[in-house]
Amino acid sequence: MSHGVEPLEPAIAERVLARALAHGGEFAELFAERRGGLTLAIDESRIESVQSGAEEGAGVRVLSGGTTYFAHVDGLGQADLERAADEAAAALRGDRAEPRPLQAVASIPLPIEQRPEDIPAVRKADLLRELDERARSAGGEIAQVTASYGEARREVSVANSDGLFSSDNRTRVRIGAQAVARRDDRVETGAETLGAHRGFELFDDDPVSIAASASRKALTLLDAGPAPTGSMPVVVAGGFGGVLFHEMTGHGLEADHVQKGASVYAGKLGELVAQPLLTAYDDGRLPGEWGSDAIDDEGAATQKTRVIEDGRLVSFLYDRQSAARDRVASTGNGRRESFRHLPIPRMTNTYIAPGEGEPEAIISEVKKGFYAVSFAGGQVDPATGDFVFGVNEGYLIEGGEVTRPCRGATLVGNCLQALAAIDAVGNDFWMKTGMCGKGGQKVPVGTGQGHVRIASMTVGGTEA
Amino acid sequence: MTDLVELAGRAVAQAVASSGGDAEAYTSETEDREVRVHGGEVESLTVATRRGLGLRVWIDGRVGYGFGTDLSAQGLEAIALRAVEAARVADGDEFARPPGTAAEVPAVTGLSDPSRAEWSPARIAKLALEVERSALGADSRVAGVEQAVYFDSAERVAISSSAGNGGEYETSSCYAYLQALAEGETGRETGLGFDLARGPAGLDPTSVGREGAARATEMIGSTKPESRSCPVLLDPTVAASFVGLLGGALGADVVQRGRSPLAERLGEEVAGEAFVLHDDGLEPNGFASAPIDAEGTPRRRTALIEAGRLQTFLYDSYTAQRGGAASTGNAGRSGYRSPPGVSASNLIVSPGSASLEQLLQEVGEGVFINDVAGLHSGVNPVSGVFSVGASGRAIRGGALAEPLREFTIASDLVSMLRAVRATGSEPRWVPFGGSVSAPPLLIGEMMVSGS
Repeated sequence: MSHGVEPLEPAIAERVLARALAHGGEFAELFAERRGGLTLAIDESRIESVQSGAEEGAGVRVLSGGTTYFAHVDGLGQADLERAADEAAAALRGDRAEPRPLQAVASIPLPIEQRPEDIPAVRKADLLRELDERARSAGGEIAQVTASYGEARREVSVANSDGLFSSDNRTRVRIGAQAVARRDDRVETGAETLGAHRGFELFDDDPVSIAASASRKALTLLDAGPAPTGSMPVVVAGGFGGVLFHEMTGHGLEADHVQKGASVYAGKLGELVAQPLLTAYDDGRLPGEWGSDAIDDEGAATQKTRVIEDGRLVSFLYDRQSAARDRVASTGNGRRESFRHLPIPRMTNTYIAPGEGEPEAIISEVKKGFYAVSFAGGQVDPATGDFVFGVNEGYLIEGGEVTRPCRGATLVGNCLQALAAIDAVGNDFWMKTGMCGKGGQKVPVGTGQGHVRIASMTVGGTEA
Repeated sequence: MTDLVELAGRAVAQAVASSGGDAEAYTSETEDREVRVHGGEVESLTVATRRGLGLRVWIDGRVGYGFGTDLSAQGLEAIALRAVEAARVADGDEFARPPGTAAEVPAVTGLSDPSRAEWSPARIAKLALEVERSALGADSRVAGVEQAVYFDSAERVAISSSAGNGGEYETSSCYAYLQALAEGETGRETGLGFDLARGPAGLDPTSVGREGAARATEMIGSTKPESRSCPVLLDPTVAASFVGLLGGALGADVVQRGRSPLAERLGEEVAGEAFVLHDDGLEPNGFASAPIDAEGTPRRRTALIEAGRLQTFLYDSYTAQRGGAASTGNAGRSGYRSPPGVSASNLIVSPGSASLEQLLQEVGEGVFINDVAGLHSGVNPVSGVFSVGASGRAIRGGALAEPLREFTIASDLVSMLRAVRATGSEPRWVPFGGSVSAPPLLIGEMMVSGS
């Protein structure tokens, strides 16, 4: 993969945009990308699945009368770009429109100290061996360990017929460890990840501790009993606990869902949707965070957007098109998985701001409840607000104390009710990384919060 | 048109020359179209072409993989270099070697529908609009459609290997789906409708719209069921989702690594006798069908569960070497970007003789499940233990009764299979999480957690 050269030359981009508007249209955009990466894994203490790739291509979209015409091609040669423009314009029947001359907008990519591609691959393999050893050192009940390393680079350029020309250069690294613990017939798994929009410097500070954490989770679950069933107070821990907010509220704030009437938050702007102790943000500029970028995939600068202020819904998350529909400015949330996808409103790093609750008190005030420390993932139907979460580390709360671990718990509920039922927000705070899927596209997102308590929620357990 | 076989052959030669080992190239060329409609308007029309090549190399038992989109001589050289460098990082594995030459590659017809090319963008847009319109017209309580989507794809694939096997084939596929919104007094409900075929002429847009409308409106007024253990009837889409999970657990890779609930159960009773399962990579109606699998081994039909007993696992060439078995032609991959790994082709659950009405009568009192959520977060793939969100209908007096939502069903994969008491007579192809054909499944007992 070539270094330091933007994937798109402005002079060529202007010609391609003119071609895209040859049969009319109000707006045309060219998105060009070079992407590459390396992934490897360790399994059965052996390094395997070493994969290295490089792809390049471009997507052209033309907007006309509410319809988006989109074409994408592999390759960044002028002929490739022109073919994409011709294919996007092929179904249009109007008169030629003229794009404005391009004016470059400077953007500063997030700083990368140690480019992962400059680090010898054997060091990455050694990192995996260390993860493997650390996870296995947790005890004889750890039956299996797998770990993975991934680095990805995206060099993107966006040019559009409004005259915008902007580029970004994104590097992300991530490691993950998974442990399987076995005792007689019981089999439990634990997993942990570490990732950032940063270079190999992310691994300077004891990255291997994630392996110990994965093993600890799996071993804890060996002692777990059945999960309780029914409605009860639920305390959610920080970090990846924030995936609950991401799913139950964040998706409903994405403006495309809202405008189609497919969000339970439609029409609720300015209204109280939570208790006044809750304030939340989406922030695509958090330094080094997994969900951060310098610009979104439409060339808009990323920003910090307050979505809930003291319990009141104050903003949705917009890409260019949904912003135009609501006559507001884009919030820099137009993201796409690659040049093969159309940009849509997506979260970046979404979090509940720290509150005033002491984490210990948030738990000790609960007589009988459930403590969800981490989730395997979750799913929400934005239109109905119904959600479901799999808990992979959870405990019973009895008499204000965290007692025994539970396995197989699921949290089920409805967004509006659950958000309004948050009656405590902790003063602790941390972030975690995730991959979020929507409309067939996966993008890196950050989730975060401190300890949060929901006064009542349905726990679907395994207890008869 | 690019000669893909020749291209794959050049990549292999390049890799063999620079590594001295073995190499296998997989290359594909794809044309996709997608139409999304909303509110009677075309929201987007996408036309796409994709092509790329993935190269797997073996150097003294070390395996590396490289891929790219630049297919010029220089690009192929770069891909080969990446694969060779990747192999040098990997540890050696005594079972890693290229698959042997296939004896005979079966002929499979009907994988491609040339009519796809004759349908203009305007015509497929009309089809997508018809899908939306039929949902809106099906029931006055349908308040809208979140999105109606049409998608089609034509793909050419070629595989070449220094060990001699390989081949090429063409397939096409297309589908339409929508998410209908129904408005009731108690809130909003959604319902999915879908259909799939080899080409647009094979789709029934009206049935897609009607199905989405029916699924959304039948949920109006839904409540939480009482928590209890009871008989459960899974509709074909839900049954297919669980069968997709089962397909993953039947892969010899997870079995050999002790990460499957079915490991060490070969020959054992793992399901009720009514549950018969095959993997069939040659079935013309299955989207995963092809003459060869993702590493050039012939596809075939394999009995997985018969007479309630586990008959075999699914093998690719690596797991076959390692397990002292023959490949079942179950190497799969998600395009040129990923190396082959074990995966089911088309999973087919044999239909039984009972109609839906008969199954409901057999249940008597229980729950009908028509949707599950959180299948990927609520299932432990190693132990098979699951707890997933669900919605559906109560079954009372042998008939469908009030709608139910916001509850979970919990069990583990093997217990659930053993509890299968009957299968319905009307199977359906479902494309979620693999390619599966499943009828409704009657599960004798399962934990339902509501209020």
